[in-house]
Amino acid sequence: MPNHIENLKSNASKISKVSLSNVYKVFGHNSGHALEMAHAGRSKSEIHASTGCTIGVDDASFDIMDGETFVIMGLSGSGKSTLLRLLNRLIEPTSGSIEIDGRDITNMSKRELIELRRRDMSMVFQSFALLPNRNVLNNAAFGLEVAGVGEAERTGKALAALDAVGLKAYAQSRPDELSGGMKQRVGLARALASEPTILLMDEAFSALDPLIRAEMQDELMRLQGENSRTIIFVSHDLDEAMRIGDRICIMQHGKVVQVGTPDEIVSKPANDYVRSFFRNVDVSQVFKAGDIARNSQLTIIDRQGVSVAATLEQMEHSGRDVAIVVGRDRKYHGMISQDALIEKVKAKVAEPYRNAFVEDVEPIAAGESVSNVLGRVAESRWPVPVVDDQGRYVGSISKSSLLETLYRAG
Amino acid sequence: MDFKFSVGHGADVAVNYILDNFTPALDAIAAAIGFVTGGIQSLLVSTPPVAGIAILAALSLWRVGWKFAIFALLSLALIDHMGLWQGTMETLSLVLSATIIAVVIGIPAGIAMARSDRVASLLRPLLDLMQTMPAFVYLIPAAMFFGLGAVPGTIATVIFAMPPVVRLTNLGIRQVHSEFIEAGLAFGCTPSQLLLKVQLPNAMPSIMAGVNQTIMLSLSMVVISSMIGAGGLGNSVLTGIQRLDVGAGFEGGLAVVILAVILDRITQSFGKGSSGFLSFLAFRKASGRNQTGSSVRVPADDERRSAAA
Repeated sequence: MPNHIENLKSNASKISKVSLSNVYKVFGHNSGHALEMAHAGRSKSEIHASTGCTIGVDDASFDIMDGETFVIMGLSGSGKSTLLRLLNRLIEPTSGSIEIDGRDITNMSKRELIELRRRDMSMVFQSFALLPNRNVLNNAAFGLEVAGVGEAERTGKALAALDAVGLKAYAQSRPDELSGGMKQRVGLARALASEPTILLMDEAFSALDPLIRAEMQDELMRLQGENSRTIIFVSHDLDEAMRIGDRICIMQHGKVVQVGTPDEIVSKPANDYVRSFFRNVDVSQVFKAGDIARNSQLTIIDRQGVSVAATLEQMEHSGRDVAIVVGRDRKYHGMISQDALIEKVKAKVAEPYRNAFVEDVEPIAAGESVSNVLGRVAESRWPVPVVDDQGRYVGSISKSSLLETLYRAG
Repeated sequence: MDFKFSVGHGADVAVNYILDNFTPALDAIAAAIGFVTGGIQSLLVSTPPVAGIAILAALSLWRVGWKFAIFALLSLALIDHMGLWQGTMETLSLVLSATIIAVVIGIPAGIAMARSDRVASLLRPLLDLMQTMPAFVYLIPAAMFFGLGAVPGTIATVIFAMPPVVRLTNLGIRQVHSEFIEAGLAFGCTPSQLLLKVQLPNAMPSIMAGVNQTIMLSLSMVVISSMIGAGGLGNSVLTGIQRLDVGAGFEGGLAVVILAVILDRITQSFGKGSSGFLSFLAFRKASGRNQTGSSVRVPADDERRSAAA
């Protein structure tokens, strides 16, 4: 299944690094029958009821590009960790093919598989999985030691990897002397020490507190900037996925429901399940002012011969205190209040619109993120107009529409 | 012909069949075990009591601590004072050789059980049998196969004392956290690398608890195995019972208890990793390093946090 890969934010190329086609994983005995049912499109719960088997991954097909940071997202039980473990065959796929650099790993011998794991890919775990009987240095050197690299060389490489994550000074410490964030840095160093081309990360930062998590995400992005690898990152946190992912793959009940860039996921969610992730995401960061502006205010086109009386009548009729005045080209002119307009008309002022503009309302640029304009909307007495980069009126954000947006998402 | 099925008769026939046909094999086993037991025994018995007491007290100081070392010193001196030093050394050599044999067979058996559910389900009833069959039942065939003395005593002791080390090796390996196993496999471990570098090191506390239990059970066989001439402290207890000499029996029993306490504390310390005097030194070094380490670490973390914020 080819995917659109425009808008990649990093140095991902267009060469496929990992390619899955029609990959299934069935847990349990009688997997053959369950697989047939899955092929026939029966649901996970139907298959479980009739065969006792659980479908872990249901017909996954996608490509992961070389140098890309690819995030697999889903709720717990959606099969994301299973899918990750199929890639290094910690879990054996039931059917389908998984190609890494064009070689199908599903029919590799044990020996070839061990070679692949030693040379091409390494893994970072949610609860760190540092071996408690080894110090930090020997943990970092573990992959190299297993691969039979000589002691001097592996110590040098492990120290370099520890240096890269800022923990060289702790080489002789024991894992239980370190904080959670530091432990995961060691986990990262262990994975980097063998210089793999693919990094598998299973909820690697989920056990860390939010500040340290953000720090680790930055660290990962920095390391990625220095030396690009293909990172496959499992997460249940959309904020994290948006932050680090070039593309995001969303899984539900073992099925891949959407693969796309963060923008595509937010702007065109494939279904309600995908949409439901935004409940946990900080929408004020994701959405722009233009996204939530509504054209619900009364607009008045400022042209010759327009009757002020008709405008007042219109405002009275629709029960509005204010109206937006725009030009014929929809350029934003200003906002008028009913009271001010009546006053100006009584005083027989020329050009009553221009002189009745509410003074303290400045339009917001449509490209501003919602989080930056929260304060202005909250403080303003009136709905705040939003204009695009040509100064055209897009709509306005009222306190109630803002709250509604935040509520629906949160 | 009477086809009455008799379990006892079957056992009789089997024992006689083995005696008739496998005598060379039995002799070879007896010679091998006799070599181990005899070697350890002659070494221990020939050590002068003062040197023996000093060695055990030093071990206690190293592994447990100075208070326990003083206890070991005084209690071993008491054994010597009671005139039971040689008997204690004979018993210790029986316990050590039985433990060595039990560990040499038991740890591989435990590993095999951990790696294969089928092996586990085959060995489990055998282990139950070894632990629950009254010792007198196999004491007699053991004496018939291997004659009287330390060798059948060692074999009877091994049969009774081996199950804990097998079970706890199996349990220890199976209880290694699955993420450690996944980490080992993900970095390309072969099955034997996984065993040696991940499973066994992490199962060590459990395995050492098994070894400790095996030693304790070996000691509990002392009196029973002395019935077939294994000698040692069991003899003192046995003669005490036979002559209704409560005092002699109590002295023998007390020496067994003292030996048990010292062996228990020393072997337990190996399961916990380091403790006692050496670890006291190590702890002082480690805590010193921790203090300097943490005073560096805290501001570093704070800086990173403020940088992230």
